[in-house]
Amino acid sequence: MKLKTILTGAALALGLAGAAVAGSHGKTKVGFVYVGPIGDGGWTYEHNRGRLAVEKAFGDKVETTYIENVPEGPDAERVMTQMALKGVDLIFTTSFGYMDATINVAKKFPKVKFEHATGYKRADNVGTYSARFYEGRAVQGLIAGRMTKTNTIGYIASFPIPEVIRGINSSYLHAKKVNPNVDFKVVWVYTWFDPAKEADAAKVLIEQGADVILQHTDSTAPLAVAAATDNVIGFGQASDMAEYANGPRVSSIIDNWGPYYVARTKAVMDGTWKSDDTWDGIGAGMVKIGEMTDRIPADVQAEAKALEAKIASGEYKPFTGPINKQDGSVWLAAGETADDGTLAGMNFYVEGLKGDIPK
Amino acid sequence: MIRLEKRPAPSRLWTATTPLLAVLLTMIAGGLMFAMLGKPPFEAIRTIFWDPLFGEFAYYFRPQLLVKAGPLILIAIGLSLGFRAGIWNIGAEGQYIIGALVGGGLGLAVYPSDSIFLFPLMVIAGALGGFLWAMIPALLRTAFRTNEILVSLLLVYVAENLMASMALGLLRNPDGAGFPGSRNFQDYPAAFNEELIAGAGVHWGVVAAIIAVIFAYILLQRHMLGFQIKLTGQSPRAAVFGGVSPNRLIIFCLGVSGTLAGLAGLFEVTGPAGQITTDFNQGYGFTAIIVAFLGRLHPVGILLAGLLMALTYIGGDAAQLNLGLPSAAIQAFQGMLLFFLLGVDVLSNFRIRIGKGEVA
Repeated sequence: MKLKTILTGAALALGLAGAAVAGSHGKTKVGFVYVGPIGDGGWTYEHNRGRLAVEKAFGDKVETTYIENVPEGPDAERVMTQMALKGVDLIFTTSFGYMDATINVAKKFPKVKFEHATGYKRADNVGTYSARFYEGRAVQGLIAGRMTKTNTIGYIASFPIPEVIRGINSSYLHAKKVNPNVDFKVVWVYTWFDPAKEADAAKVLIEQGADVILQHTDSTAPLAVAAATDNVIGFGQASDMAEYANGPRVSSIIDNWGPYYVARTKAVMDGTWKSDDTWDGIGAGMVKIGEMTDRIPADVQAEAKALEAKIASGEYKPFTGPINKQDGSVWLAAGETADDGTLAGMNFYVEGLKGDIPK
Repeated sequence: MIRLEKRPAPSRLWTATTPLLAVLLTMIAGGLMFAMLGKPPFEAIRTIFWDPLFGEFAYYFRPQLLVKAGPLILIAIGLSLGFRAGIWNIGAEGQYIIGALVGGGLGLAVYPSDSIFLFPLMVIAGALGGFLWAMIPALLRTAFRTNEILVSLLLVYVAENLMASMALGLLRNPDGAGFPGSRNFQDYPAAFNEELIAGAGVHWGVVAAIIAVIFAYILLQRHMLGFQIKLTGQSPRAAVFGGVSPNRLIIFCLGVSGTLAGLAGLFEVTGPAGQITTDFNQGYGFTAIIVAFLGRLHPVGILLAGLLMALTYIGGDAAQLNLGLPSAAIQAFQGMLLFFLLGVDVLSNFRIRIGKGEVA
């Protein structure tokens, strides 16, 4: 047993060292770990488009690989190790649940660079990145507030985590601003991708009078439900979902990872890569507003585009006071803007939203 | 004209050789599929079956096989006992989750502790959690004759939602910046299910799986209860006449499978997974049903079937990475393997006759 332990340890050390050397010359290898299938039409689909952008930008100077449908947990750790052993230089791990696995594998392969999406743990060779989706939500909220006739907006929420709560707050604030009578109904489905559950949630919301459906889940199922009605509209989420553009989809929030992936790959090629935390929005092009269809009246389109432009230029921040919390206490005084720390950990509703965040 | 003729007793020769035949057939059919996708078939099959065991990085993958196969074998052993007796626990996934929640929850409740008794207590709590969750369908079946297939299956969804609620509420990591998920057990030494030999992949869950295989073997071969289980499966009425209490057998079989599933969950959450998250469960409880049948409900068969399943997962990932095969093709490949393994089973129980038979 003793001898075996030593041998295993030695073999592992040798192997790791060998792999690190193998990756240091020739083409730059970039790996992607996906939580869903690349054909999900939403989250993973957009990350994969980012991968294709890297291939397009660097041609045969890069080699990209990916593994899709990787469950969070030990499988993710194994898949990342597999990539690192194969000599991949830069690995993008594209789901929050990969956080601890990324950190663990990064410890074993100090020469390999890691980029973890939407997490908060960093190391010398682990950077994090995410997008300010809530900026897109502001534009979406404005359109929703203008478009609703029943004054009821349905919201399909995934998990009660800061990112989702930020989205609800941001869209509510901007809907309320243009339509003081607006009311939000939120359904929590506890999944990122489950067409059946998302469709059920959409049906429930429509039965309760919602004629605009916003979603923070990745499938097109809510749009399919809305397509069966005459009066309900929705938005593409994570991806453009343009296949519903002739129906209920009036616009969308698109995650645009390509430029970031290209920039980080370039940094690895040039040897200038450093671990950092990137949180970009509409201004940097990481969040895009999909084309608005004719179902949105021209004046509302103009208003929405003006808001988008003001956010892009940095002139306006979606969380600008006066904003009270749900319990009526003051969160931001007039003119005050939220700091990133509070936004990153947001766990409260703003004033006017009904119901509780599930605990 | 080809006819099938039932053998008086299953052929021992074919029972032993059909798994190899099935693997061979899978390689041929899978190879054709890979070729049609424009990928080199031989390289793909070598990547899936050979490289993880004997390839360049086998020193890393062999231990990973054990990590992946451990929970599958542990759960499948428990399920196989019930399946032999016609007691269908389809909800091992739920018992797995509850085991992780109860055992893991105990550890998190006393955080930070450095007692050496903590981990053993968590193991007991995990086993108990799985056991009690399985007792719901068991008692409903014995008291009200409800269908244990439905009850145990539906309890999986209850367990999943309970887990999501725990990961977001009660067991959420207080230092986790509001994100879902519990503390990571790897930063909590007294509660961590560590690898017993560094880099060898063997943790307590793998040890428990091997012990379960041995006990199940002895139970089925040498023990009265094992005989009763087999008898009930073959002829429930005869078993009753032979003095078997169906209710006691139901409670025993569901209890054992729930306990083992709970243990698997506890070992997984405190070891390889490390965390209770909103989707900690990855379908081991369902895959174990396949493993149980793949192993012909025999303890040694299950051991081998668990390792084979693990190999297709690990090799499948490698094939995605090295050859760019889509994960759907890997799943189809795994499906073929199961199809052929169960399909060629017909050769163990039937003889193929070519030509005119004597009896129509």
